[in-house]
Amino acid sequence: MATNVELAHASASATLAPKPSFAEVVARFVHTKPLGAAGAAIILGMLFLAVFARMLAPYDPYVGDYGLQFARPSAEHWFGTDEFGRDVLSRIMYGARIALFVGFFASFIGCTIGALLGVVSAYWGGRVDLLLERLMDILLAFPQLILALAIASILGPAVQNVVIAISIPVIPRVARVIRASALSVKENVYVEAVQALGASRRRVILQHIVPNVTAPYIIMLTAQLGAAILAEAALSYLGLGAAEPTPSWGLMLSGSAPSYAEKAPWIALFPGIAISLGVFGFNLFGDSLRDALDPKLRKG
Amino acid sequence: MGTYVAKRLLLIVPTLIGAAALVFVIMRVIPGDVALLIFGGDAGGQIDAKQLADMRHRLGLDQPLLVQFGTWLWGVVRFDFGNSLWTGRPVVEELLIRLPLSLELAIAATIVSVLIAIPLGMLAAVRQDTWVDYLVRVVSIGGLAIPSFWVGILCILMLVIFFGWGPPLEFTPPWIDPWANFQMMIWPVVTVGYRYAAVTTRMTRSTLLEVLREDYIRTAWAKGLRERAVVVRHALKNSMLPVITLVGTEFAFLIGGLVVTETVFTLNGVGRFVVDAVAHRDYPVVQALIFLIAFGFVLVNLLVDLTYAWFDPRIRYR
Repeated sequence: MATNVELAHASASATLAPKPSFAEVVARFVHTKPLGAAGAAIILGMLFLAVFARMLAPYDPYVGDYGLQFARPSAEHWFGTDEFGRDVLSRIMYGARIALFVGFFASFIGCTIGALLGVVSAYWGGRVDLLLERLMDILLAFPQLILALAIASILGPAVQNVVIAISIPVIPRVARVIRASALSVKENVYVEAVQALGASRRRVILQHIVPNVTAPYIIMLTAQLGAAILAEAALSYLGLGAAEPTPSWGLMLSGSAPSYAEKAPWIALFPGIAISLGVFGFNLFGDSLRDALDPKLRKG
Repeated sequence: MGTYVAKRLLLIVPTLIGAAALVFVIMRVIPGDVALLIFGGDAGGQIDAKQLADMRHRLGLDQPLLVQFGTWLWGVVRFDFGNSLWTGRPVVEELLIRLPLSLELAIAATIVSVLIAIPLGMLAAVRQDTWVDYLVRVVSIGGLAIPSFWVGILCILMLVIFFGWGPPLEFTPPWIDPWANFQMMIWPVVTVGYRYAAVTTRMTRSTLLEVLREDYIRTAWAKGLRERAVVVRHALKNSMLPVITLVGTEFAFLIGGLVVTETVFTLNGVGRFVVDAVAHRDYPVVQALIFLIAFGFVLVNLLVDLTYAWFDPRIRYR
């Protein structure tokens, strides 16, 4: 019996058309979704900066030069220097690491836990569902930034704590979405069929429900990436994120930057551009991905 | 409608109790000892044992956890959250001083954002996939990407550099001196409103796009109605429901926006109160404020749901 099920499964998922090459896929994506491709380019650029920061950065982001405080942007220091004489460009390059690290891990942890809870809630139903739903209601009673702020204030300023603080408010939001789509997947006849064939719960969830909720999961994940980078910047700006001298973009804008507005506006200008551009890239990419994966939004 | 309202009101109670419990867990149970956090923080250092014991007693930390939780819940019910460690005054009193500013900022920002968002979203939907649509989408996705504290910093930079402007320090309510109030609030309102508008624009665009494909819209076109009548009278009206919900759910972002914007513009509002309390390690205030913000948020969501049910009878009878 089990082999029959597997055979049916294999033939159903067999490719009907020849698989397009990677280059073709990329070309089509650029052509049909120019905004998404622009977003992908920004993300790749940011990844490049983060990975090769050590080679690309002209100066050490931590070491200041007290002879060169508030230096204007010049050939030596493209983006000028800050109040400790540190090179702003180098700090922004290293800052890409923090932003991507926090953004990726916070949204990955939050979305994955949320998705698991959502699937469990939908599949088990009954009391488990009710309990989890009420728990999510309670978590949803808190605005995202406020909950993150409360958690971060207790855990203390450190990069890994920021990851935890940002990921927790993501959980109920993702759980809601995944629960709803898992519920509709569960109603499908094929789920009933494999259950009738005696498939175990584990098998039904892992082989049949999870693959069918990956699209909303990926949509949520990409949507949360930009939001998490933004949240990291906000927490660091408020002094609850990474602590000095970590080159976090939000931290670079906090405290002294606005008070030196007249003297050295570049200190406040460039990190903000970096945050905006990074989040913009993730949002553009996530938007196009949603359009592509969500059949309801496809042009009819 | 009456039973629906009653049902929704009853559902709020367990959520609020749960929220109070969650705040308690975050602020009291996770850190282990709040008194240690208040004195030492992460630095460690020497802490006077007697001072520590006094602080524990003052915060009621020497009581069993269950008693502490009971006291906290009882305080929540009576709206008595104790005194601030920093100023020694009741938390609720401190909050009420700061509330008008934040409310004004929130309401003004919402109005500004809706005034910007609905026309823009409509324009983008009607001219889908033209340069107008692309421009509106880029501006609105940009609004989501640009951190509001940075917009605030840029506003201040601009004002300081070009106009030698400094923000007024004292909050003047609009009913005392509207002009002074306007001068103080205009930039924060723009800062918060822009981001808010970005979200609403996108929502207006996408719901309008869906509605524009409905059969009754085709009928409206077939009747020979002008574009204006089709879009505004037939489509826009029917696409407003999700937008109303959005204005409510985005209230969460609005509060987040208030926290950072009030900090940037050094406005003495509720958002800044939270940040200051965290910085001063004034944990009774942090605990109270986090709960009260959740309370306000739940109430706003309830109002939004009720408005929704008012507009759409199908929801009431489900």
